[in-house]
Amino acid sequence: MLNDYLPILIMVAAVAGFGIVNLLISDLLGARRRAVGKADPYECGMAPTGTARMRLSIHFYLVAVLFILFDVESLMLLPWAVAAKSMTAAGVGAVVFKEVLAFSVVLGLGLAYVWRKGGLTWDR
Amino acid sequence: MDMLITIAVIVVKITCIYGGMIVIAALTTLAERKVSAWIQFRHGPNRVGPWGILQPLADGVKFIFKEELVPDSANKWMFRMAPALSAMPAMMGVAVIPFAAESPLYKDSGPLAIADLDIGVLYVLAFSGLSIYGIILGGWASNSKFSLLGAIRASAQMVSYELAMILSIMAIVVMSGSFNMTEIASLQAGPLWNWNIFSQPVAFMLFLIATFAETNRHPFDFAECEPELVGGFHTEYSSMRFALFFLGEYCAIFVMCCMTVVFFLGGFEVPFWEDAPWFIQVGAMVSKVVAFLFLFIWVRWTIPRFRFDQLMGLGWKVFLPVALVNLLITGGLVSAGIL
Repeated sequence: MLNDYLPILIMVAAVAGFGIVNLLISDLLGARRRAVGKADPYECGMAPTGTARMRLSIHFYLVAVLFILFDVESLMLLPWAVAAKSMTAAGVGAVVFKEVLAFSVVLGLGLAYVWRKGGLTWDR
Repeated sequence: MDMLITIAVIVVKITCIYGGMIVIAALTTLAERKVSAWIQFRHGPNRVGPWGILQPLADGVKFIFKEELVPDSANKWMFRMAPALSAMPAMMGVAVIPFAAESPLYKDSGPLAIADLDIGVLYVLAFSGLSIYGIILGGWASNSKFSLLGAIRASAQMVSYELAMILSIMAIVVMSGSFNMTEIASLQAGPLWNWNIFSQPVAFMLFLIATFAETNRHPFDFAECEPELVGGFHTEYSSMRFALFFLGEYCAIFVMCCMTVVFFLGGFEVPFWEDAPWFIQVGAMVSKVVAFLFLFIWVRWTIPRFRFDQLMGLGWKVFLPVALVNLLITGGLVSAGIL
């Protein structure tokens, strides 16, 4: 178990080291010249107006919620996907597949409902 | 002593594979400019070194010595951290990509991959999903309208295509009966028609297009769509931090190309030649990946950009149902014992 994941640990250290070194190196070696307006957020050459922490369209929120729903539902299919072959070999493939089919129909119905309700319409 | 050898083998593997990825990612930035130049009847970079080959190195040095701008209104810590947070998960993905069936380093050290995990597919999907945090954090912390819009767009887009990507890979998993990348590649050994691209053409197309959307590449690069959003989420970034975003993006493209090759084009397997020596397998793997890297650049300079609602509609209304149906048909055939 540890031997399987030891390379991942060392990889994390290598990648984190790379990231941190790169962040520090330009901090230390980069030039520093302050000027008026240089540290303002870019706004097409004008002085920035108002805050950037504005409200966003509700659609973005809806997409996030839908993603969580459908992602979790598709994750439920993962254990079946990896075991389908061995279950067929054990003679229970058809029975299990019927249940997966029922599950997927529910998933499809959910998608159809969201679609019908206009949750997937963005160009309004 | 045994432990030391194990660690030494791991370190050598990480140096070769991770270092190789960084080099290829750097060369891809050069290739991007060269290929775009050829497509537009220009020369491209040709001053630094023969054929412009040292251009990435010159760019890197220049990035290091450039001034680093942090907007006064930004959330400083998050702004500074975000590039690393975006690049690191993208680079982690390469850990489970197998480059040859046998490692030449040390006997019984398994396939030439940094880690030969049994859940390799899940691992690589998990890390490709994580890289979005860096983008959204960077865009939000900049406190600039363009950055925020770019970041929000990027997250909506990546989230939408992740579903289609998972479901299209699942068809391959059903056929292989394993999450192990090496095993999926090995099952495609032998004649050319053993490659999954021939048994799963629909999944291949879905996955390929989803990788373009996942890596924010043209024709789906809404996160940094210059006519609308200036630079998108990295509008406010400069110096090495900007470079880290880009390096992360090219590493993500490299990992995605590796995934495409492993899942659909036999990975390190050479057609009609089982048990090829390791260097032939590495050569086969790398040349297939480079072909896909070229495809990424080629598409960028060929296809015009979509509109954002078209992209979202394509992901949810076409890719998701088609991927689900494809998975169910594959699953049905496997369960009936036909495939």
